[in-house]
Amino acid sequence: MVLDKKKALTFQELLFTLQRFWADRGCVLQQPYDVEVGAGTMSPDTFLRVLGPKPVRIAYAQPSRRPADGRYGENPNRLFRHTQLQVILKPPPERVQEMYLESLVAIGIDLKEHDIKFEEDNWEWPVGGAWGVGWQVMLDGLEITQFTYFQQCGGMDLDPICGEITYGLERIAGFLQDVDSIYDIVWAVEPDTGRKVTYGEMRLAEEEQFSAYSFDYADVGRLWEHLNSYEAECLGLLEKAKGFEGMETLELKRFPVLGAYELALKCSHMFNLLDARGAISVTERVGVMARIRMLVVGVAKAYAAQGQMLNEVAKEGVAV
Amino acid sequence: MAEFLFEIGLEEIPARMIAGAQAELERRVVAMLERERLVRAGVESRGFSTPRRLAVTVAGVAERQEDVAEELVGPSAKIAFKDGVATPAAVAFAKKAGVAVEDLKTVSTPKGEYLAATSVKAGRSAAEVIAAELPKELAGIYWAKNMYWRAGKPERFVRPVRWMVALLGSEVVPVEFAGKTAGKVTFGHRVLFGDGEIAVWAPGTYVEALEKAFVIVDVEARRHRIRKALDRATRSVDGLRWREDHGLVDKLTHLTEWASVEGSAGRDSVVLGGFEAAYMELPEEVLVTVMRDHQSYFAVEDKAGSLAPHFLAVLNMEADEAGLEVIRHGNARVLRARFNDARFFWEFDQRVPLVERVKLLESVTFQKDLGSYAAKSERVKKVAAALAGLVVLRGAAVDVVALDEAVVLAKTDLTSELVKEFTELQGVVGGLYARAQGFSAAAATAIYDQYLPKSMEDSVPRTVEGAVLAIADKADTIAGMFGLGLEPTGSKDPFALRRAANGIVKILAESAVALPLTLGEIAQAAAGHKEELVSRLEVFLAERLEFYLREVKGQAYDVVKAVLAAGANDVRDAVARAEAVTSVRGSDDFAAVSAAFKRMKNILSQAGEKGFAAGAVVDGALLTEASERSLAERSAELAGAVKGLREQGRYAAALEAIATLRPQVDAFFEAVMVMAPDAAVRGNRLALLERVLGDFSGIADFSEIVTAGL
Repeated sequence: MVLDKKKALTFQELLFTLQRFWADRGCVLQQPYDVEVGAGTMSPDTFLRVLGPKPVRIAYAQPSRRPADGRYGENPNRLFRHTQLQVILKPPPERVQEMYLESLVAIGIDLKEHDIKFEEDNWEWPVGGAWGVGWQVMLDGLEITQFTYFQQCGGMDLDPICGEITYGLERIAGFLQDVDSIYDIVWAVEPDTGRKVTYGEMRLAEEEQFSAYSFDYADVGRLWEHLNSYEAECLGLLEKAKGFEGMETLELKRFPVLGAYELALKCSHMFNLLDARGAISVTERVGVMARIRMLVVGVAKAYAAQGQMLNEVAKEGVAV
Repeated sequence: MAEFLFEIGLEEIPARMIAGAQAELERRVVAMLERERLVRAGVESRGFSTPRRLAVTVAGVAERQEDVAEELVGPSAKIAFKDGVATPAAVAFAKKAGVAVEDLKTVSTPKGEYLAATSVKAGRSAAEVIAAELPKELAGIYWAKNMYWRAGKPERFVRPVRWMVALLGSEVVPVEFAGKTAGKVTFGHRVLFGDGEIAVWAPGTYVEALEKAFVIVDVEARRHRIRKALDRATRSVDGLRWREDHGLVDKLTHLTEWASVEGSAGRDSVVLGGFEAAYMELPEEVLVTVMRDHQSYFAVEDKAGSLAPHFLAVLNMEADEAGLEVIRHGNARVLRARFNDARFFWEFDQRVPLVERVKLLESVTFQKDLGSYAAKSERVKKVAAALAGLVVLRGAAVDVVALDEAVVLAKTDLTSELVKEFTELQGVVGGLYARAQGFSAAAATAIYDQYLPKSMEDSVPRTVEGAVLAIADKADTIAGMFGLGLEPTGSKDPFALRRAANGIVKILAESAVALPLTLGEIAQAAAGHKEELVSRLEVFLAERLEFYLREVKGQAYDVVKAVLAAGANDVRDAVARAEAVTSVRGSDDFAAVSAAFKRMKNILSQAGEKGFAAGAVVDGALLTEASERSLAERSAELAGAVKGLREQGRYAAALEAIATLRPQVDAFFEAVMVMAPDAAVRGNRLALLERVLGDFSGIADFSEIVTAGL
């Protein structure tokens, strides 16, 4: 009675099913963010939307790049870029754990046939001044999900707090299809011919080349230049953001805090590349991380301030 | 009288926090009921827990608090009544006491007649008290990390509260906490029982009601079941047994709500799985770490005690053999992936041998002000060389070539992928790589053991080279941090310096081959010419020796003080002296001599305060009394013998010899007044006391020994 491989969802069916599941529960489906991020949490749809009082339900798949985890496509379990399905529920509904377990049933996991444990695992992104408490969800010994109650973001306490469910899609697909290598996961089946398109076909070249790029080819001097120039641009915007008080409503509304956030994310990615390249000494590391933290936290604070001021303007507008 | 049950249902509590929280809830509920006079002291209670609940039952809870009568004395009768009519003073007192004016009494006091009243404070019902007090106790429970979950953040707790049950007998106590009101409904095992509500009708049926819903709330019962299930699963293959691991059993007990018992229709809750024999080429340490630390699996061994290619997974689930096969397959697949990773790292790491990694240590920071691990290795090298020099000088064998290699390579495994992945294997991996790369067994073992002992229960390095490396490494860390003013304060010890110093003491005390090194020499080697730092380190290390004698060796407080007052530099010697003192301290003679020594010390300090000088030596001609002559003679004879015994390390025999001085000591204090009016006689007697104390305080300062009752 080993898992029925024929019935197992393909990689893309897995994504459809989870998206459908959460859309049916009130989540707005967003497309992946188009700037390099190391985790779904760093997308502004999580990092910025968790701030402030406004309720949010949103779900999206997020390709997540971690250059140092690249293995030239040689390791069957490690990827330079993997895919997270991120679900944000603010505030978290009371039965959020049960909802999550129902989602596993939806993708073909019969809970009565498996061993599920919620083991303590607290999440933290120091550069974003963000942390939460929660669990790693273990399915027959495999970590398939990180489940977090977000407590702080950008160094600010959240109220309401936010529930975050992050599914590791490759791991779940590998489990469902019972394959030992990520590259053997069936991504899609051609309906006419039944031909299987594998994860390897879709992504192996990318793993090989980006591993080579981040470990061997990337020009360290230029990466530093990029980092410095993105940082300067971001700092310039943050400096201007100090003048929110004196801005007209339209100017305030159009002020590109979101742009500043992209620049901060760019810096974070440059840092990850330099790190993979072995170009950051441990002594430098702390300093550079502090620089990026200043950008990310600065953006979060500006975003919160902008939102709050616009809210007040809106309220006054009604009153007048 | 009724039994009280309280259960709080939560989303999964971190396993490491459950036992403490269960005990604290039980303690708090009992203390609250005692404080509120609802139970007698020492009442019977039980605590329960699973990952999703904490519970407590308390027997013999009164239905209400008893009324409390209090006698109050008021104004004088003369003022309170004028012509038989109550004045405002009487009315006010009656009001304060909560009685009618007619119920006021008078009492006679030395000052005259005064008004009195019996004020009765009505007891409240137990339900009322519990509903009012229990929420405060819940809010007070300590959690290592807690969270907010409700909008407006009204409370913090370890995880969201999902339900509560509070029953006094069969009555619900509507305790309110975290937006929930307690009732009689609880929930069973999520998967095995499902979402259905379970009504608990009385505290006495709680355990049973949940057992039917696949939840074993008694932690010890669950632990026992898990152990039995591990035995059953292991027995399925002949000759196997699981490796005992109390920590892992504990963790899994707190990660599960259910465990099967034998014969539950062929269903079970532990699976025995296997892995390909090819992985056995990886070092056992790596395999066991992956299984235990990363997967929470038990390792399995064969009859000979060697690791077998099997694992045991404890489930929060039960299934028949076909169902277990699915779960076994899944777990085996994950383990295979983990082992593949480990093998990948192992092979990858071999591409850069340890020797070439020495240079890489320059970019690994040890501490920002103390520089890189390359710098640390340089310092440790000097410390180790100095210590090894002393050890060799004193005739112990040290393979200095191996020690030197070990020091240079000790930290290189920090640059390996395997240690980055399995940080708990630092040192071990270095040792394994050194062996694989052809270094001597002495060097490899020293590297392997360098972080030992990790706790006071852990073993110490197996070889002299390992011990010297471990001591040098720890001493350098302590000296470096002290030099930066980062010494531990109070309960704060962020760099675990106390643990490092405890490790040094433990190695010196317990190494297989005695290391002839003193704490002072270690401080000197680590802190070099900085005298002030050396003395701070000496004090710190001596404190850890005191801790070791008391907490690990179980020596009494006064024995430790007495022994350390006579010298706190040589660890093994201090341990031997403490053991000797403990072995003789029960004898009357020893106690009497100790008391006498304390008296001598007091007399000498009083003399010092008064400015009375002791003679430079004991002058026989000035010994006028027979008893002081006999003390002088006998103590001089004994001094030589005691010295001899001490030098042979025969401390118990030396102490027994000292105790034979009792008749002379007793007679001396009986007949002789030390503070004689004649300065010369007095000075001579003081000199005698000084000599006796000096000669016999080398093992312990007996004046520190507590001799109450004699």
